[in-house]
Amino acid sequence: MTRKKAFKFNAASSKRAKEIVARYPEGRQASAVMPLLDIAQRQNSGWLSREAMEYVARYLDMPIIRVYEVATFYTMYNLQPVGRHLVQVCTCTPCWLRGSDAVLDACRKSLGVDVGETSDDGFATLMEVECLGACVNAPMMQIDDEFFEDLDAKSTAELFEFLKRGDRPKSGPQAGRRSSEPAGGPTTLREISHLPKN
Amino acid sequence: MLDDQDRIFTNLYGFEDWGLRAAQRRGDWDGTKELIAKGRDWIVQEIKDSELRGRGGAGFPTGLKWSFMPKQPDGRPSYLVVNADEGEPGTCKDRDMMRHDPHKLLEGCLLAGVGLGASAAYIYIRGEFKAEADVLEAAIIEAREAKLIGKNACGSGVDFEIHVHRGAGAYICGEETALIESLEGKKGQPRLKPPFPAAVGVWGCPTTVNNVETIAVVPTILRRGASWFSRLGRPLNTGTKVFCISGHVNTPCNVEEEMGVPLRELIDRHAGGVRGGWHNLLAVIPGGSSVPVIPKVICDSVRMDFDSLSEAKSGLGTAAVIVMDQSTDIVKAIARLSKFYMHESCGQCTPCREGTGWMSRVMNRMVRGEADKSEIDVLEAVTRQVEGHTICALGDAAAWPIQGLIRHFRSELERRIDDRQAKTGEQAA
Repeated sequence: MTRKKAFKFNAASSKRAKEIVARYPEGRQASAVMPLLDIAQRQNSGWLSREAMEYVARYLDMPIIRVYEVATFYTMYNLQPVGRHLVQVCTCTPCWLRGSDAVLDACRKSLGVDVGETSDDGFATLMEVECLGACVNAPMMQIDDEFFEDLDAKSTAELFEFLKRGDRPKSGPQAGRRSSEPAGGPTTLREISHLPKN
Repeated sequence: MLDDQDRIFTNLYGFEDWGLRAAQRRGDWDGTKELIAKGRDWIVQEIKDSELRGRGGAGFPTGLKWSFMPKQPDGRPSYLVVNADEGEPGTCKDRDMMRHDPHKLLEGCLLAGVGLGASAAYIYIRGEFKAEADVLEAAIIEAREAKLIGKNACGSGVDFEIHVHRGAGAYICGEETALIESLEGKKGQPRLKPPFPAAVGVWGCPTTVNNVETIAVVPTILRRGASWFSRLGRPLNTGTKVFCISGHVNTPCNVEEEMGVPLRELIDRHAGGVRGGWHNLLAVIPGGSSVPVIPKVICDSVRMDFDSLSEAKSGLGTAAVIVMDQSTDIVKAIARLSKFYMHESCGQCTPCREGTGWMSRVMNRMVRGEADKSEIDVLEAVTRQVEGHTICALGDAAAWPIQGLIRHFRSELERRIDDRQAKTGEQAA
């Protein structure tokens, strides 16, 4: 049996939770359950313990079962401990067409784990996910809160080298462009926007 | 080709700052008070006259949808809910609008809110878009401090609040009633309609749910006039549209073009053409994963608007163009989408919960040719039993890609079955 570990919002979490609850009409505080579970997960090393879910239920005066229902329905709540970094590789069709298999393989190799596993040193958990909504910058993956786009096997491996050194790699496209404009420069808005230097 | 002067999202790529001052230099929040003063009926009529159709996939006329909201208050507040739960595979346009042009969306919320008689807007953004939610929240603070929203917004006498609500990873919450359930703090399972959200929506109050792009184009339509917008494109398929071009093109990108632009011109002009040239094209999914795939012969001439693509037995959907060249394993490409729908089915309706899993398993066998040819017809029949027999359109969305595959690539499915049978026959002999 796992040892129970009490959970309580710290000062920063409490402040954030209060701001969030105030966004909804009076008596509708249950609407805040999703953002509050997110706050709890962030405070709790990236996963939701049973104690954390029960704390949120009490905080919002909700039946515990309603909170379990929400926590088990949405994929972003981790109900098991995860590594220090959560690596989510998109393999849906638009990313797959542009080589997400190679990206996923590079992740397996760099982290020494397969999909659904956490590395022995607790460095990272690898997951395969559905469309993350950055399809014109495919293939891509999410590490913690950030998107890394226009990947290939080489740039993927480099990202993990950065992370393992304790550096924070630059998020966004990894192949030179600014965001979702065509590589080599935009075909529109030339008169209006400041062109990037590339 | 659309002139830059007719483009609405002039900071689509984020080459300029998203902040309030830069947004105002680009023309946002200009004369908002005067637009509000023209009144609710004027706003709704302008949007009707513009022939704007919803940009989230279904293409329902926006002005008509707005007119379903109650005219006389009955003590309940009304709400605008912005659907920013962008998750349709291939689609990544709302993300750019929110991270690079958030003030267009906020001004749109206020003006649409006046048109709907709403007191507040909730922007429901997918949980994975954390950076985009942070930009929106910061933009809301800017707008509130500048008194553009909040009490007496823009000095108009109207009180209007805007809040961000982050999702937590569920494609189904892009369905409007599932989104409302989720906003109420529940599992995102769609509701039966009627009652429609305009009568009973979030917290039992009248609610209109609109896509990000639908709301973000409203201020420009009102400033430049319905006739400017409706002059672009063709009747009932008007205006501009942000297209997301992904897959086997030389330069994948988002781009705002005129509605009705020929698919080939869109790809050649903005996405650097198909990898290996147009003749190397196999097929295109023209409107996000939910719409049927179309083969090259249709792509040669089809125009990108609601009615043209519907005539081609596909759809404009979210205008996410997924391009596949001759090297593509087309069966595997569609099978991957079937896996997606299996994963995202909320489990409420039996045909979808069981059907998406069944279809995905059969599709995986079809990839390897491990099937009998008669099973192609069985698969097609099952898609018809899922389609139209569920509370929401996810069942339809799971059925259509497979129907498109069978319609246009039956010979490829048969070839794999033949190959497989020849191989196992050899082994047996």
